[in-house]
Amino acid sequence: MSRLLRGAIVPLLLLGAWEIASRAGLAFDTLSRPSEILAALLSGLSDGSILIATAQTFNAALLGLAIAAVIGILVGTVLGLSPRLEGITGPSIEALRPIPAVAFMPLALMMFGFGIGLEASIVSYACVWPILIVTVSAVREIEPRLLDVADVMEMTFAEKLRKIILPAAFARINVGLRVGAGIALVVAVTTEVVLNPRGLGYSLILAQQSLDVALMYAQLLWLCVVGYLLNAALRALGGGSALAWRPAG
Amino acid sequence: MLNYEHAQQKGKCLLWTGARVAEEALVAVLARKTIAIEPRDGGVPAVSMRGLGLSFGGSGSTRRVILEGIDLDVREGEFLSIVGASGSGKTSLLRILAGLIRPSAGEASFRGQAITGPSRDRAIVFQDYSKALLPWRTVRANIALGLEARGVAREAQTPIIDELLDRTGLAHAADNYPAQLSGGMQQRVQIARCLAQQPEILLMDEPFGALDALTRQTLQDEILFLASDKRITIVFITHDLEEAIYLGDRVVVLGGSPARVMQTVEIDLPRPRNQLTTREDPRFLAHRHRLFTLLANERGAGRIKSAAQRDKK
Repeated sequence: MSRLLRGAIVPLLLLGAWEIASRAGLAFDTLSRPSEILAALLSGLSDGSILIATAQTFNAALLGLAIAAVIGILVGTVLGLSPRLEGITGPSIEALRPIPAVAFMPLALMMFGFGIGLEASIVSYACVWPILIVTVSAVREIEPRLLDVADVMEMTFAEKLRKIILPAAFARINVGLRVGAGIALVVAVTTEVVLNPRGLGYSLILAQQSLDVALMYAQLLWLCVVGYLLNAALRALGGGSALAWRPAG
Repeated sequence: MLNYEHAQQKGKCLLWTGARVAEEALVAVLARKTIAIEPRDGGVPAVSMRGLGLSFGGSGSTRRVILEGIDLDVREGEFLSIVGASGSGKTSLLRILAGLIRPSAGEASFRGQAITGPSRDRAIVFQDYSKALLPWRTVRANIALGLEARGVAREAQTPIIDELLDRTGLAHAADNYPAQLSGGMQQRVQIARCLAQQPEILLMDEPFGALDALTRQTLQDEILFLASDKRITIVFITHDLEEAIYLGDRVVVLGGSPARVMQTVEIDLPRPRNQLTTREDPRFLAHRHRLFTLLANERGAGRIKSAAQRDKK
């Protein structure tokens, strides 16, 4: 607790200085006072507008991430198990991967129109690559002895997948999912800022257009909080009971 | 036998002759061994290998022949030890019996049926126990894997697992993860998991090779007890000659390159065996002496053969 307090000293001092300086007349158009930002955040939270926007952004980000996870883990497992197939598809993957996901916005807009479909499709394109690549290498590096064990136990492919391959690759796939989650939030907000009239990104644009600087800062602060919570949630999901078997340290 | 060091001093020509003589001796040994493999009771052997060969790589210089012309039977209920120097193809032979690899020549069969793939009837205990256990499952859940393979219902598993834990001395570690156990304990888990499969035959690949001497002796006696208790057929690979004699009803010596069966010895030591008295038994020492000499000569022959090949180039 004392460490948390010590860590808070610098930001609190800075915020105090900022507040005092702006009240003393040192004001900029693009900078609002911490007290105003806090007030904007509280009013946005209490009237529900920030929460609704958050839900919209998260819907799209999580849907896109889920699609990417299913495709990435499935295809990655198959390619990880079959070096031959990976050799055939590898060049295509390497050619598709570098295309920035946001470059698909115009195309996705034509395909899906405005809304969650547009956003989720772009998010899933951005997220599928890290998940796919991590899964391929995680599956390829499974201890071959474990696959021997699966064979001697006469496991079906589904059993082998469920009992051996996915648990063995889980820790590393989880890292890919966390990387994907970070990307998902970035791409979802980007899509909203640029194109899609929904979610936190669009709220930012609205605040900017109505010159409500304090609200913009409040939303940035809010994004910081939800991003942190998202990552913490995924870490808890992957690092908790599921990995209890790992030796400490 | 031949004094190879003396031959070395005499020069390359003699060296090569020495290798030839050793080779002829080997062929003579091979010819004798075919007689020794007849099953004692005349019944169908548990495992039968005929003209078994294994090679890797294509044709030409990249081709590596590991095993050649292995003719060997394993009797029902027998404890068969297979010894050979490291790299002599022992593990490959066992993997063929487990059905994890296919031979490139000849055939291996189990109770008259050709072995074409893995089966839970043929359990295999791997040497590298730490890699063969599922690290995310507890000891209990690792053993359960063998029961799941047999399709035992979840409710029926607990008493069977408890009994296996008891029999392998693991009761106090039931809910630990493998990484929390010593090497000897981990190998016990693997053995318990194999027993849970209720195999017809237990294939063991240098199971105690990585353990300290004391743990090894304890586990040797435990496996002997389990074997006599269940009358289970065991093929036991080791590089430890004394271990092979101590455990086995018969000891098969693999040697040469590619590896063949060099010698099969009946071990006429009384059971139950005892770490002190059995190992002091004059018959034990005689077997040890004879097999040690055989393996030592085989190593010497290998060295001279490769030296001769170098000189020819």
